[in-house]
Amino acid sequence: MPMTICKNDNITEEVICAHGLRIDEYQKIIALIGRMPTLTELGIFSAMWNEHCSYKSSRKWLRTLPTEGSCVIQGPGENAGVVDLGDGKCLIFKMESHNHPSYIDPYHGAATGIGGVLRDIFTMGARPVAVMNALRFGRPEHPRTRHLVTGVITGIGGYSNAFGVPTVGGEINFDQQYNGNILVNAFAAGIAPTDGIFSSKAEGIGLPIAYCGARTGRDGIGGATMASAAFDGQKRPLAVQIGDPFMGKCLLEACLELMASNAVVAIQDMGAAGLTCSAVEMGAKGNLGIELNLDTVPVREENMTAYEIMLSESQERMLMILRMGKEKEAEAIFNKWGLDCSTIGKTTDDLRIRVFHQGQLKVDLPIKVLGDAAPEYDRPWIESSKKTPMNTASVKSVDDLGSALMKLLASPDQSSRRWAYEQYDTLIQGNTLVCPGSDAGVIRIDGDEKRALAFSSDVTPRYCQADPYEGGKQAVAECWRNITASGATPLAATDNLNFGNPEKPEIMGQLVLAIKGIGTACRALDFPIVSGNVSLYNETNGEAIPPTPTIAGVGLITDWAKMATIGNIKEGDCLILIGGDGTHLGQSIYLRDILGKSAGTPPPVDLAHEKHHGDFVRSQIKNGCVHACHDISDGGLILALAEMLIKSGCGAEIDPGSDPYHAKLFGEDQGRYILAVDSSKVSFLIQQARTAGVMVRHLGIAGGKNLFVNDCFTLPVPQMVIAYERWFPSYMKDKSAC
Amino acid sequence: MQSAIIQFPGLNRDHEMSLALQHITGRIPYRIWPTETVIPNVDVIVIPGGFSYGDYLRCGAIAARQPVMRVVHEKAQNGVMVLGICNGFQILLEAGLLEGVLLSNASLKFVCREVKLEVLNTDTAFSCNYRKRQIIRCPVAHHNGNYFAEAETLKRLEKNGQVIFRYAQGYNPNGSVHDIAGIVNAKRNVLGMMPHPENFMEEAHGGTDGRALFTSVLRYARKELFI
Repeated sequence: MPMTICKNDNITEEVICAHGLRIDEYQKIIALIGRMPTLTELGIFSAMWNEHCSYKSSRKWLRTLPTEGSCVIQGPGENAGVVDLGDGKCLIFKMESHNHPSYIDPYHGAATGIGGVLRDIFTMGARPVAVMNALRFGRPEHPRTRHLVTGVITGIGGYSNAFGVPTVGGEINFDQQYNGNILVNAFAAGIAPTDGIFSSKAEGIGLPIAYCGARTGRDGIGGATMASAAFDGQKRPLAVQIGDPFMGKCLLEACLELMASNAVVAIQDMGAAGLTCSAVEMGAKGNLGIELNLDTVPVREENMTAYEIMLSESQERMLMILRMGKEKEAEAIFNKWGLDCSTIGKTTDDLRIRVFHQGQLKVDLPIKVLGDAAPEYDRPWIESSKKTPMNTASVKSVDDLGSALMKLLASPDQSSRRWAYEQYDTLIQGNTLVCPGSDAGVIRIDGDEKRALAFSSDVTPRYCQADPYEGGKQAVAECWRNITASGATPLAATDNLNFGNPEKPEIMGQLVLAIKGIGTACRALDFPIVSGNVSLYNETNGEAIPPTPTIAGVGLITDWAKMATIGNIKEGDCLILIGGDGTHLGQSIYLRDILGKSAGTPPPVDLAHEKHHGDFVRSQIKNGCVHACHDISDGGLILALAEMLIKSGCGAEIDPGSDPYHAKLFGEDQGRYILAVDSSKVSFLIQQARTAGVMVRHLGIAGGKNLFVNDCFTLPVPQMVIAYERWFPSYMKDKSAC
Repeated sequence: MQSAIIQFPGLNRDHEMSLALQHITGRIPYRIWPTETVIPNVDVIVIPGGFSYGDYLRCGAIAARQPVMRVVHEKAQNGVMVLGICNGFQILLEAGLLEGVLLSNASLKFVCREVKLEVLNTDTAFSCNYRKRQIIRCPVAHHNGNYFAEAETLKRLEKNGQVIFRYAQGYNPNGSVHDIAGIVNAKRNVLGMMPHPENFMEEAHGGTDGRALFTSVLRYARKELFI
């Protein structure tokens, strides 16, 4: 093989720009390698130094997040985070965005989003056990929205249903600020033996590097670079990958089988920036060099160049470093599952990545600078002017608060998501205990008599927009609260930070402040961030999305027989309000959807109050005192209660307290829960709460078929059910579900 | 009682099917790879749900043409019980072990929800532990569960008591003709059904109405019942 680089590429300023690199970054490349790069090398730098792979704008701030805790085995830095579940098992999980591709091609964009995050999990040795998805679309009336909703939801179902992993939760919201940039954030979790976690860190010199899985095509070239640029409204169809869940499922089984045979030293999936990123990461992490011969890469298209093979984002591919002499064993397992397996290179000791193709040396770069020495920016940021707090007395109370509730139940953001989640297989694997539509999705730990896992994904973008710091705190607190409401102990979280263009100081300010808020809340609630993903440049024609730092968390339930769900209210149960009455209407759903206004500050999160009240609720659930539990969030007390009654098929009589009723019913004060408690256990619970200094109030009694709110209104629950279930199918013009 | 699961790549409900069989029979089912041409002596052969070969071409079409299916055919002819659930039902139809076809759901969407079924015939190895006309709860999860057959075939199936499970009134999730959820062959030793009894076996599943299907098979295998 020739050891000098071929120099026949003409790198013009235009070519550099098309690769999303700045001229000063190109100068840095030349200084680092001491010559002009080849086109393939430029593609590699572009892929490794883009925002998506290098986190160059966010790294400085991500480092401030708390990543350690008593249960944390692996924090950020690997494909996913790992927490200890005890009993020799661990949970591996991550959330990742696939926003840009899903806007261009909603079905395949969303499907490969799920496929990609699933690979991140099983590349570490875990069998995936649950997925969730947090989706944000433009306003319902926007001409593209219905098409995007249909494509994204069928794409998610298309991949996860066939792959065989239950969807246990998620979010769907509509807001005109996502008209040109939808968000598709996919979460996946898997269980692995604690002594069988695999890493991407290469070890050992001269070991075979195996390429396993689907063949390489021309799809997705430049995908990671695309994900790091703002949209100009032009389609770039070549950059969307096509997923194949069947191959994904076979890849999972083949990988787990090979891992169990002790043949794998290190493994990395080929995701963003494909072969380039996985090869560089494995070598750089292990302080080793990598040598690849592209002639042995299985391809499915003819005449592919080194550039294309290195940067393709074809799906369902893995790169592995095998123990010496294990090539045949690997090949046999992968061929059994109908997949390719080919030795394409070896590890070396000289810290360089060398790529040969058709007898030419196409790439010869120092490996460390591609990862570790990627540019890092301390981008200027400013805090946008703070909103003025709203006086509740200045917020109009509508005459008929019952009609206001009915309107919210049938509104795009608050109505039932059944139309979406019934298209997902929520039951597969036989461990699902709580399906989507509750606070947290819950699954049993496979093979465990008692223990279960709770999952929730949360963020309130309108809060984040009004105050990124408080909004960041609130996203963490709500996730922690949802997990708590099922009776689980929150363990750790993953963050998916979706923002606009960080080169604008006010957007950078949103990112910085949201991360500060997330960090503060995670520290106070002992809820470390163990993995994550940053998606910037979510802008179209200069219009940015609202700051959307999605937080997905996991919790552990010690005995699922005692867990609480949203829909388990029994006739005669006492309804208890924990955390105080509603007062705060700034940035509330009432203000936005009933009065058509956006004003004020979001409800502040008192983290000490949050923790204290949450811990109390969890202890009562664990004591077996609580039949049903729901946290109070969007739409306040009355929407939370309405959801509980709808899911329980039961009415209630409650005392909202004194006027102003609109604040009592719709206030979105944080750190609050409604509990349904067996009447024989109520006095005990109230006494316990008072002793613990927890704000507690007897709200009313469950029973009958009506929701009766003293001094305000009476509504029949069956009518509420119809309103709640109607919006989504009628919006989608789905006659079969109406 | 001994059982075997046919392990077509892409099937994904094999895990809970295996647990259900283990739970009822106390024995771990054999796993049979599709290229195999021998199946050990078993009382029941099961093809679970999923997406065999990605459901490419047509649901079940590729699986139905794998070498192992010739053996399944022979065993069925010799009276061995064969159970196909969801994709397994689609495979049995493609293989010609059962009559009719499964089209795309009328909604053209995947559907995962709990439905109610009526047990029409308890005079089979798969249903003898249910009561006739019993209404049971059971989940479905599929995209192509819309059963169809020509009028003449339907008439014969109904007349011979080959329709074992029907979606209860108001619960048809896919548009199946005659609300058909599960049928047997004329010899009544091959059952195909879309709903998932293996996902409704214990309290954790939200109900246990699926158990009686497996205990029926066990009872038949133990010769406690002659049909």
